[in-house]
Amino acid sequence: MARIIAGVASSHVPAIGAAIDNKQTEEPYWKRVFSGFDKSKEWMAKTRPDVAIVVYNDHASAFSVEIVPTFALGCAAEFPPADEGWGPRPVPVVKGHPELASHIAQSVILDEFDLTICNKMEVDHGLTVPMNLLFGSPKEWPCPVIPLAVNVVLYPPPTGHRCFMLGRAIRKAVESYPGDLNVVIFGTGGMSHQISGPRAGLINSKFDKAFLDNLTKDPKKLTRIPHLEYMREAGAEGIEMVMWLIMRGALDDEVDEVYRFYTVPASNTAVGHIILENRRRAAKKAKRVSPPKTKRAAHVARQFVRRSAS
Amino acid sequence: MARQAHDYDDIPGTYVFDAEKSRQGYPINMFCMSLMKEENRKAFKANEAEYLKQWKLSPEQTQAILKRDYNRMLELGGNIYFTAKLGATDGHSFRHLAAVMTGSTQEDYAAMMLAGGRSVEGNRSKSGRFDPKSSRAKKSKSPSNTRSKSRTKRG
Repeated sequence: MARIIAGVASSHVPAIGAAIDNKQTEEPYWKRVFSGFDKSKEWMAKTRPDVAIVVYNDHASAFSVEIVPTFALGCAAEFPPADEGWGPRPVPVVKGHPELASHIAQSVILDEFDLTICNKMEVDHGLTVPMNLLFGSPKEWPCPVIPLAVNVVLYPPPTGHRCFMLGRAIRKAVESYPGDLNVVIFGTGGMSHQISGPRAGLINSKFDKAFLDNLTKDPKKLTRIPHLEYMREAGAEGIEMVMWLIMRGALDDEVDEVYRFYTVPASNTAVGHIILENRRRAAKKAKRVSPPKTKRAAHVARQFVRRSAS
Repeated sequence: MARQAHDYDDIPGTYVFDAEKSRQGYPINMFCMSLMKEENRKAFKANEAEYLKQWKLSPEQTQAILKRDYNRMLELGGNIYFTAKLGATDGHSFRHLAAVMTGSTQEDYAAMMLAGGRSVEGNRSKSGRFDPKSSRAKKSKSPSNTRSKSRTKRG
């Protein structure tokens, strides 16, 4: 059986991607943002998921105003980074997991969530920036990724409740997959920000912190936030936070908050990040305590190399 | 048909990109989308008015684009993720667009963000009904920018 072991939420500010691509991460402005993800990278390296489901939104890259799917699931074998006007980001091609993705699609559609299936799709900073923040900048992404693009650009996006329930359905789908896979699900976007019109620059840290608190403790309360409240309190683009509720819906009711980070600003946006683990995860992990022999052999070999080098 | 009233019309300084705006702004957004291609960027820059003719824009939309009036584009159905492509074609950073849309300078806008951004206080609604101190309800259309002015610059 496959299982969702943890959820990660993270902002996906495009300027964070630009700072990585232009090697500005050590500059004081950016160091403040990136240092908040050091522990997250360590956590991810330890957790080593077999698959990541990344809930994000497209920003007029793969979808223009011609076709606007509310939920679009990437079922392709790979997803190239999109050219967002300055050439594609220099990040590896995102490899998919077509088997699990189509299994999820079938399962959630029969559960009455009418997804759009994408067998060809480019992915923009909405997906690749959180990947960088959690996986760093490797030559190849360490695990396959299933992108789930949510419309939050054309009003109205799906409601927070609908998103949460889709998360529930995704979890059920993952748990009915025959393969033995550990899955981490990402909710991305947010937190408070408005990038359009005379009110641009709006930030509401109080709203954001309450949202983070409730994401752990009382997510059902968050599912009742109406769209008007997101836009009014957290900025027109703050409505992206409904995507975090898909991630949260896919987790257990009771979760352990293992890490949290919040800083203002990155460009126009309040950066929020949280890692939540399912408690059942501990039991599953216990079974895997003794490392496989090959891994042990590799460790011994490394020790040997180190000794002979010194 | 007159524009339908919505609860979010009460949010100041905000153009919600809804179905009606999307319909109205379709030509603006499709024009902006065309700027994803280098050859189109070149053609547009070579003769802007001529390039715009192919998109079935209204005269107001054409003027807003030529004048780079970003708020007017939003008002006429443009969406920021699309109009940002026009800004990029001009070689402008997003901060430039933000300064234009908020009637600020890039330096002041950046300082406001560093100081914690624009406060939601006084910026929740045109009617003021969502502000805790409703006695100070503002009817002003433009959102207040008091936080950045009252705080000293940090960093």
